[in-house]
This record gives sequence, structure tokens and C-alpha cells, in this order.
Amino acid sequence: MSEINMESNKEIAPLEDPGLPEHVHRKTDVDPLAAKKAERQVSILFSLSAVGTILFVYSYVWIPDDTLIFLPIFGTTNAHQLLLGLGLAMALFFIGMGAVHWAKTLMPDHEVVDYRKEQRSNNEDREAFVATVKDGAGQAGLGRRPLIKRTLALALGLVGVSPILLLRDLGPLPENDLNETNWKAGTRLVTDPGDRPIRPSDLEVGGVAQVQPEFPAGKVRHLDDIAQDSVLLIRIRPEEFNLDAERLSWTYEGIIAFSKICSHMGCAVALYEQTTKHLLCPCHQSTFDVTRAAKVIFGPAARPLPQLAITVDSEGYLVAKAPFNEAVGPSFWGRDSQ
Amino acid sequence: MSARERVAGGTANFIDERTGAAKWMKKTLTKVFPDHWSFMLGEIVMYSFVILLLSGTFLTFWFDPSMREVEYEGSYEPLNGIKMSAAYASALHISFDIRGGLLMRQIHHWAALIFMAAMVVHMMRVFFTGAFRKPRELNWIIGVALLTLGIVEGFLGYSLPDDLLSGTGIRIAEAIIQAIPVVGSYLSYFIFGGAFPGEMFIQRIYAVHILLVPGIMLALITAHLMLVWYQKHTQYPGPGRTEKNVVGYPLMPVYMAKAGGFFFIVFGVTAFLGAVAQINPIWIYGPYNPGQIGAGSQPDWYMGWLDGLVRAAPPIETHAFGVTISWNILIPGLIIPGIIFTLMAFYPFIEQWMTGDKREHHVLDRPRNNPNRTAIGAMSLTFTMVALINGGNDLLATHFDMSINQIMWFSRIGLIALPPLAFVITKRICLSLQRADREKVLHGRETGRLVMLPHGEFIEVHEPLSPEKAYALTAHEQLPPLEISGADSNGVANPQGIKGKLRARMSKASQEQIQKPTAKEMLELEDGHH
Amino acid sequence: MAKSVNRFIGRISRYRRHRFAAPLMLLSGLLLAGVGFTVAQAATEEIQVVLSSDKASLIAEGKEIFARGCSSCHGLNAEGAGAAPSLIGVGAASVDFQVATGRMPMADMSQQAMRKEPLYDERETAALAAYVASLAPGPAAVSNEELAWERDGNTADGGELFRTNCAMCHNLAGQGGALTQGKYAPTVMGVEPKHIYEAMVTGPQAMPVFANSVLTHEEKLSIIKWIKFVETEPSLGGAALGRVGPVTEGAVGFILGLGILIGIAVWLTTKAR
Repeated sequence: MSEINMESNKEIAPLEDPGLPEHVHRKTDVDPLAAKKAERQVSILFSLSAVGTILFVYSYVWIPDDTLIFLPIFGTTNAHQLLLGLGLAMALFFIGMGAVHWAKTLMPDHEVVDYRKEQRSNNEDREAFVATVKDGAGQAGLGRRPLIKRTLALALGLVGVSPILLLRDLGPLPENDLNETNWKAGTRLVTDPGDRPIRPSDLEVGGVAQVQPEFPAGKVRHLDDIAQDSVLLIRIRPEEFNLDAERLSWTYEGIIAFSKICSHMGCAVALYEQTTKHLLCPCHQSTFDVTRAAKVIFGPAARPLPQLAITVDSEGYLVAKAPFNEAVGPSFWGRDSQ
Repeated sequence: MSARERVAGGTANFIDERTGAAKWMKKTLTKVFPDHWSFMLGEIVMYSFVILLLSGTFLTFWFDPSMREVEYEGSYEPLNGIKMSAAYASALHISFDIRGGLLMRQIHHWAALIFMAAMVVHMMRVFFTGAFRKPRELNWIIGVALLTLGIVEGFLGYSLPDDLLSGTGIRIAEAIIQAIPVVGSYLSYFIFGGAFPGEMFIQRIYAVHILLVPGIMLALITAHLMLVWYQKHTQYPGPGRTEKNVVGYPLMPVYMAKAGGFFFIVFGVTAFLGAVAQINPIWIYGPYNPGQIGAGSQPDWYMGWLDGLVRAAPPIETHAFGVTISWNILIPGLIIPGIIFTLMAFYPFIEQWMTGDKREHHVLDRPRNNPNRTAIGAMSLTFTMVALINGGNDLLATHFDMSINQIMWFSRIGLIALPPLAFVITKRICLSLQRADREKVLHGRETGRLVMLPHGEFIEVHEPLSPEKAYALTAHEQLPPLEISGADSNGVANPQGIKGKLRARMSKASQEQIQKPTAKEMLELEDGHH
Repeated sequence: MAKSVNRFIGRISRYRRHRFAAPLMLLSGLLLAGVGFTVAQAATEEIQVVLSSDKASLIAEGKEIFARGCSSCHGLNAEGAGAAPSLIGVGAASVDFQVATGRMPMADMSQQAMRKEPLYDERETAALAAYVASLAPGPAAVSNEELAWERDGNTADGGELFRTNCAMCHNLAGQGGALTQGKYAPTVMGVEPKHIYEAMVTGPQAMPVFANSVLTHEEKLSIIKWIKFVETEPSLGGAALGRVGPVTEGAVGFILGLGILIGIAVWLTTKAR
């Protein structure tokens, strides 16, 4: 019922197959001069390939590898590299062109017919196959020996556990790592690069600073640290903030600090538009409003950037008031919900 | 016997005495291959793969996959004294201090781009001509697997130099891994050997990129080719071509020369690109630093559609029972691609279910003769194109004076609205083309010459088609839709139920065709119409 | 005279129905119009009035130019009006940057002022700068000679600084990048060193301010040195495809690479004549 009903819908075959078309002879098949010309053309192509190799060898050996040359479109480019590449390209390309031209013009071009057989084996072979398998399975006797079957299954199942367990030491368990950064209460904000501490007066209204936590002498900053500690410091006029009292207390005289690591997928969000007070992440265009504690106003990010509470210490330098109140960077299963 | 014949004979004897290869070789050397340019797309893929293996091996002789921090001291002045990973430093070394190093790096990367591009175009050719139908469904699935592996391999490959652009891509991949429910952060810590970026990642992906994935791909490509070999290549409809034969040229000498020559041509064109077009200038990007980023950061084009989907995603994240699920990452990054690739892999079986056609097919469909399938293909291409465009939205904005916000909204709506539109338009175009074919068969080709008849009427002269051409236009099958009745003659309801109804509907849609000219109509014509 | 002209015209009119006649006529018409327009424009250039160069008269001249060309948007006392911000306190540096790069006067009231041919020459720009600087203290303009970036800058440091502070808007190769709502960070290539410096100091339009206390004078010089290096460095490995990365590379790979190969495949499978 759900197969094609071929009986009542006979295929409409309006035309008979006229068979393979008449063979049309090429010029090179009938005219010996044309054949000679084609032979010359093929030889020229193969010779061009040889020229290419010579160019390659010449460039490699005799053109110093810091030779510059000016060409239209390219501008100033390295002549050694260019000629090396062009030589190699020529050497390869013309072998191919020669071979193809040879096949097209001089090799026989009569179409040949081969026959297909059905992919399906014939019924005898199939039955013989089934019989063989049944016979072999019978000889193994799994059906009659359930204890063997069950213990085999147990052994095979268990042996798979060993390689999986071996992978355990690929890395440490995350534990609370994703929730922590190097920012603690009292950590000074220093410039990145330069490691200079910052006073509020250093930052002008409309300015930004790329910031890292100050590391004690001897401790080296690694990329792992940068990937979680990076902070962006922005100064706007204090009256432009649109924050609740608590978040406002995390700012200092119009200076506000956010984690630079995008809450979407972890790119560095440093693109600050002074006029609109928006932060744009260049990876997926998530846009954050600085005046509203980096609230997401466009794009796929689902959470605002974590804000770092800042104040000044006794010497007047900007310091963190407390660590981040939430995990920085992209979300994960166990993240404290907001 | 000449000296040449003696040597050849001696060699052949040596091999045959040990392998019994004479019979097989004879069959092989006379094997027939149909000749059409669209059949060479798979060859471009295969040859690009070989080029990748060769150029890649060259690069491994100098590349150091270690993330150990070093201070650069080399030929490129603007990076002197800068701290970077040994991997990045070795990539710079290859580019500036090894003769031919930059050329090989560029050939390798261009070959990768062409590899993926040709794979996609080859896949489209196979899809639009229905070459995936029985008995080739397995080959189609192998192909989809190769596509997936190719995307992964390319991503890992351009991430090896550990530069700022590719490192950003790895950061994003890490975010996707981390977002996986329950095990995300564990997987991330295991893959990276700790917190991101860690010190293990480059050497781990190096092993995957040069050994694991190429090995699997080589095995799959071998299986893919063996199946093509054994099942024999498909062919386009035409005079003399049936389901039971293959018409073309023999392997030796014609095909060997053409296919072998084409390898050198592909290699030559790739080398040409490597010579004249700069690609992936890592020295300008600088070493990877998670606190740095560049505007206009994009992955390579074959990942660009994924980036576009991620950009267009609505900002949905759920927080409940103390756990966070980032739908804005999971849906575009894992779920939608997973669905697309699964549907793609199983499409041959889906189409079989829709049409009820379980026979072997060795003659290809002209795309217009299967409007439904062609429209489905156009629909998925449109979806991918919109995603791809969105992946480059910031570059489009800068170069064409547009707003990223507008492009984003266009893409968000376009991803949903444009594919069905493409489906409808493509189907209608295919049906019109079928109508045009029908007219051509019945009334001949319009020559554009006007003739005035004695009584004053102007007619356009139509040239009747040659029998070969007419046959080619009418050789295709036009299957009727499946008949799935709601209930049989005794009133017993069809146990298939809703599934059956859906199938009947889809079958009707997929078999929508313009009727070929019938034999009767052809006879009428010959009898007296003109 | 008239006779030979006539004969000449008679001879060339032989070709009036030639298939290239029409395109050639069109081309020559366009060329004539273009040349004519350029000549006419050059002829209507304004006559410069040379004034004395002491400070007070510079400010006065600046005030006059301001009243003529800037006050309609920025207010008669530079206090700002509507979309045009107040210029009080922006300093000579801002004026030098905006006017000498041609951004101001703005061509249209769009999202962003674009770099274009400056309307005012060096003298007039200096006058405007002096006038605005007289309104309230602000960052001073610099000259190319003052900025000893070649001597005091470090290219490698400049690169690191650029990647940390500038690349997120201006792109890793300084080619410029997109901001929200149609705004953009322009390319930093082909900009005079003093304008790069002034832009960092004044933070024009959407660009933030990089005060010398955050990005020191030496660091700014290093950034300039790096930019100048990248501007003039040879294009290694072939033609730089705009230096904007994988998007162009993918397009070239598809269109040029695959295009050529498919073209050759078509030739390969075509029967020889």
C-alpha cells in the first residue's frame, strides 16, 4: 500500500533511447598536421613546467631572502618568496595542463560502455551466507552456554572502564576555580601593560584604562590570570549613573570598574563608546550600558558584566573594595544564578 | 621484444607471481568513468587533501607545539622582546627564517580553504542530482562525516600558531564546552589541563590535528572511494545511458592522464594562491593574550556560519534550582548544528520515506526534475548564507557603511523568513523550467528567426530537437505520489495514522511535477500539427 | 581653414556607424565634462587674505572663521547646541585634529564625522585652534616635529600597547572597525603622527580619552612608531587582501581558487574540436 504502484501508473516513455550519438572525429584524428600541432602544444606546456622549476631553484639559491620589490596591486613584497611560489606553481600547473591537453587532443576519445550488475547478491549466495553464519554461531554455542555469554559481557563491559579512567589526569577538577579571581579587598588596580598604580585624578572623564590586579613581588602574571582578572576602568560624570544605592557605592567619583571578560563567551570587552557610554564586545556584538552597571542592551549576552567594587586606599590609589560578587566570564552549569 | 617491453614484462611478472594481480589490473585499467566537470569536484577535494598532507608534513619539521613562554628574538622587529608561546614563535620562525616556509604555510592554509569549499560544492552537486540515493546512502553518510571532521580539523589547524585571532576562537570554543550542562566545566578543565588557556591545549590539539583526525579522514576517504569504485560512478541522463550501464572513458590512458593531470593543476593553482595572496598574517595579529582582542575577529569561512548563528542568538539563559543553562550558547553552538548535520546525514532515508522509492538509482536527476529536493537544498543554502553573512556583520558594516545592529536584525528575521521563501521560489522556478523543457520537446527550440507567411502571418521558426537532446530531456522518471488511504475497504483505520497522513502529504508535495510530454502527444505532433 | 576642417570632418564621418563609434563618443563626452568641471572649479578658488601672524590677531581671525563656519552648529560662543557639543575646554588639540583631518565642518549630520579633504588650510586651522584654546584651558596641539616617535618610541612595546588599548576598535592591523548603530572606528593608516597623538589625547566623538597619566607620552610615541611600521611594512607572502582576515580570505578562496579550478574542470571535460 505504501509502495509505488507501478501497475496502474505505467512510466510514460515518450521517446525511444536513440543510443550513443555518432562519434565525431576531432581535428587531430583526421588531420596529421593538427595532430603534430597538438603534440607541439603539449611539449611546450611540459617545457613551461621545467622553466618553472628552474625559476624555483634560481630563486631559492640566488635571490637573497630579504629582497624587496614593488609591484602594482601587491605593493612592496618579498621577491624571493614571490618567485619561489610562482616557480613552484608553474612547475606543477603546466605538468597538469600538458597531461590534460594530451588526453583531450591525442588520446582516443571513443566513449566506452561498461555494464552494471545489481548490487544485491543473488539469492543462492545470500542463503549460503545465512547458512554459514548460523552454522558458525551454532558452533560457538553461545546460545547453549549462558554462563559464558554473561561473563563475556561482564568482562567486555568492565575492560572499557580502564581507558576512561586513565583520562582522569588530563586536568584538575575545577572545584571553586571558576568563582575566584586574584581580586581581593585592598588589591591595587595597576595599568596593563606597565603595572603602574592609578589615582582617580589620572583618569579623565571620558577616559578608559586597561587594568590588572597588582601582584606581589615575585609572583608572575600568567595568561590564566589575565583570562579572569582583566578589568576595564571607565570614568563618566557621576550624575550620569543610573544605579541603585548599592552599586553606586561600588563606584568612586564617577569611576566604575567592570570585568573585561565578556559574560557571553569570554572575549575581551574593551570597546568603549564615549558618547553613548556603551561597551561593545567585538566577537558577537553584545552591547553593555555602563551607566546601568553594564546591563545588556543588545546582542546575545544574557548577563551584565560583573562589576568590581572600588575605592581609594590611604595613599590615594584605586583599590578593590572586595572580590567580585559573582563568577567572571562565560556561564557554566554550577554558576550562582543572579 | 624491445628493452622497454622486457623491463615492463619483468616487472609485471614479479608482481603477479606474488599477488595474482593480473586479472584485477586488467579489469581496473579498463574501468569506465563518465566525464562531466561536476564529477571533478570530489577530485578537487581529494587532491587538496593530499596537498594538505604534503605541506603539513613539511610544516611539522619546524613547528613547536608548546605553550611554554619564550621571549621572541628573530627577524620580525615589531615582536622582538615580546613574550609569546613557543608555538607562536616557531610559526614566526617558519614564516621568516625558513626559505619557502611562508610559502608552505600559505599553501597549506589556502589548500584547507579550497578543500572545504570544494567539499561543500561537491556535496551540493551530489545532493541536487540525487546521487545519494540507493545504493549510495552509506557514501553520503561518510561524506557528511568527512565534512564535520574537515571543519574540526581546519579549526584546530589554524589555532595551532596560537595567535590573537585564532586564540579568540579557542576562547569561544571553550565557552561552548563550559556551557554544556552538568559536565561542562569538568570537560573544559580536562581538555585544557586546568583553567583557560592553560599550558596543554596546543600540544593536545597538535596530536589530534596531525595524527588522529587525518588518520580517520584517510580511512573514511578510502572507504568513500572504494564505494565509488565498486558501485561505479553515476551518470547524467542522455542517449545511450541507462540504469544498467556506465558510459565514459577508460581509466588507462585517458582518465589517468586527465585525473593525474588535474592533481597537478589543483596543486599548481593552490601554489599560485600561496605565492600571490597573503593569508593568515599571524605576525600582525600578535601572540594570544586573553585580555586583548581585535575588531572584526572572525573564524575561517567554514566556521563563519556558526559564528553568525551565535551572534544572532537571543540572550536567553535560565537560572533555576541553583544551575545555569546558557540557551544562547547551546542552541546556536550545539543544538542547531547537531540537528542540521543529523538531518543532513539521514536525508537519503528521509527522502525514501517521503517518496516510497526504494530502488537502485544510477542515473542522476537534473535538479529541475526534482523540484522538491532542489527547493529543500536551496532552503538550507539560504539559511547557511544568512548565517555566514551575519558572521561577518562587523566587516560588512565598516566596508559598506551599514549598522551592525541593522544587519543583526536582518539576520535574526532572515534566518527564519528567508529559507521558506527560498523554498517556494526555487520550487516554482524548477517547475517553470520543466514547463520550458516540455515546450521545447513538443515544439522545438525557438530560433529567433521570424518568417512571414504568404497570407501575412508572422511566425517564429522552431527548430525541432535532435532525438538525442529530446531523449535527454524526457529520460527522467516521474513517480506518482504515494497512495496512503485513511481506511481500507472494510472501514478499518490505517494503523499508520498521523504518520501515514504526513507521509502522504509530503509525498504529494515532493512529486509535484509538470507532466512530461506523453507518447500520445508526441505522435499527434508527428501526425499533423505542423 | 574652414575647408580643411570640413574635409577632416568628412573623412572621419566615414566611421560614424562603426561599432566603436558610440562608446568612443560617450567616453570622450564624459572626459570632456570631467576636465571642464575640474578646470571650472579650480578657477573659482577663493582669494586668500594674508593677515599678520601675532597671537592676538590669530585669535581674532579664528573667531571670525568660527563665526562664519562653525557657529551655526556649535553656537556663537562655542557653547554647543543640539547635536554639536560645547567646545569650551576641548583645547587646541581637538581643533587641530578635527579640522586638519577634514572631519569638521561635518559634511552631513550623520552618526559620525568622516575624514575628508580639509576645508581650512594650515593657517586657518591654527587660527581656529588659537581661538578655541582662548575660551578655556585644554590640551595643546602638537606638531609632527615635536613628536620624536622614531627616537623615543619602541615598536614592539607599541604593538603590545596597540593590541591592548586600540585593536578592539581599530582592528589588529589598524584597518578600522565597526561600532554600534552605524558608527565606526576609522583606519589609523595614512594618518599624520600628530593627529594620532591628538586623537588619543582628546578622544574625538566615540573614542575614549587616553590621558598621559594612563597611557604615558612615551607609550603614545611607541604606538605611533608601531602604526608607522605597519603602514610601511612590505606585504609578505603576496598581496595583502585588505588585512581584514578570514572573511576576505574565504571569499578569495571560493571565488578565485575554486572558480579557476571549476573553470579548468569544464575545459578538461569538454571534447576537443
